[in-house]
Amino acid sequence: MTASPRQVVVTGLGATTPLGGDVPSTWEGLLSGRSGARRLTEDWVEQLPVHIAAPLAVEPPLGRVEARTLDRSQQMALVAAREAWADAGTPDVDAERLAVCVASGIGGVQTLLQQHDVLRERGPRRVSPHVVPMLMPNGPASTVGLAFGAKAGVHAPVSACASGSEAIALALDIIRAGRADIVIAGGTEAAIAALPIAGFAQMQALSRRNDAPETASRPFDKGRDGFVLGEGAAIVVLESAEHAQARGARVHGILAGAGISSDAYHVAATDPTGAGAARAVRAALRSASLEADDVIHINAHATSTPTGDVAESVGLRLALGDALDSIAVTSTKSMTGHLLGAAGALEAVVTLLSLRERVVPATRNLDALDDEIALDVVRIDNRKLGAGAGLSNSFGFGGHDVCLAFTV
Amino acid sequence: MSQADILAGLAAILEEVAGVDPADVTADKTFIDDLDVDSLSMVEVVVAAEEKFGVKIPDEDVKTLKTVGDAVSYIQRAGVAA
Repeated sequence: MTASPRQVVVTGLGATTPLGGDVPSTWEGLLSGRSGARRLTEDWVEQLPVHIAAPLAVEPPLGRVEARTLDRSQQMALVAAREAWADAGTPDVDAERLAVCVASGIGGVQTLLQQHDVLRERGPRRVSPHVVPMLMPNGPASTVGLAFGAKAGVHAPVSACASGSEAIALALDIIRAGRADIVIAGGTEAAIAALPIAGFAQMQALSRRNDAPETASRPFDKGRDGFVLGEGAAIVVLESAEHAQARGARVHGILAGAGISSDAYHVAATDPTGAGAARAVRAALRSASLEADDVIHINAHATSTPTGDVAESVGLRLALGDALDSIAVTSTKSMTGHLLGAAGALEAVVTLLSLRERVVPATRNLDALDDEIALDVVRIDNRKLGAGAGLSNSFGFGGHDVCLAFTV
Repeated sequence: MSQADILAGLAAILEEVAGVDPADVTADKTFIDDLDVDSLSMVEVVVAAEEKFGVKIPDEDVKTLKTVGDAVSYIQRAGVAA
């Protein structure tokens, strides 16, 4: 791996997901094709049309006092950030050169709902004084910033299911612009609660395979009927190559570029022409100084919705042309479910590991490829990968398109 | 209620809300500087104390309670008045 001094490298990885409480267990889960989805057993589930989700495999290992003033999304971000920071070798960095970009699609929705119950049942005097810092969407970024003493700026870009990727794209810009040497970046989401599930279900966005949760998330498959809501967090430590080299850091790979676009089509519906997605992919390639032929792997957004997966296929063809035919595509969400604002960050980690370990985890539950999907999707068996670049797509309600480009 | 009982009750609240070791809770300690209870957690301590001791502690009085001893005396007086 050779990086020029101005490049941005990844020196730390952290995650807590439906497959495991850290990166190694999550990666092992992906390689063995496990599903993190299960039937929910909470009392509030019965009233809902959807009874399945992909909760964390391991509850956040925080102390009681530490946890009680943090929303679940903040707890998960802290757990993943601590792993990433340790993985990066607990860098010695000037606090004024350390920034944070940690996103959430929805923010502290569980705290909001719980405290609304407190307000109605017990009155305003019983509302927690911690409720605002726990529900604000920048809460997780603030939690991480405080934990590591970051003084070069704490950011929380909010773009629904593209939030985690946008946070990483913003971090790239910050380091390239010389505003920080290290950025702790990623996403977190803890939205497994009755209201978000009811809302997504009303949008017809969720799979209703209540009796077979492990087969419910089936991106690109003919029988897909929506996504499975997941929760978790993923964090990367991004660093200027110069700074990483100076401290002798171990480098996982290079964040070579990022592209961001917007559909200007509809607040929630996918643009069927894939034009916005294609613009993001092209922008990422330009940002990374890569050609379509350099790309060997794509970690697709691929949530398992009927229209979204087709539009992504169309958009990728638009952006990459015939080069797409020799690119191995996979969907992490087939195993983890959809982590919303954490999805892009988790898939960035997975893309990087796929390139570094030269293996693409197979897409789970892909029994019969949809005729409208013109992609070489890795299925049944994991696939060996050569040397080259990898892309990770993320799209979000609001018409957000983000593509990250990695090399190793 | 005796000062010792109130002190013990406050110590239990401080342990619950802010993880303060009950052995550290003595009359001379300040909430913010000595026991590291931030302003938000202090609100929780006050609300829990109101419930536990059956007293009212108006917001404007909270800022006069610098030390544990201040709070013990205040709660004892407020309890007698009630």
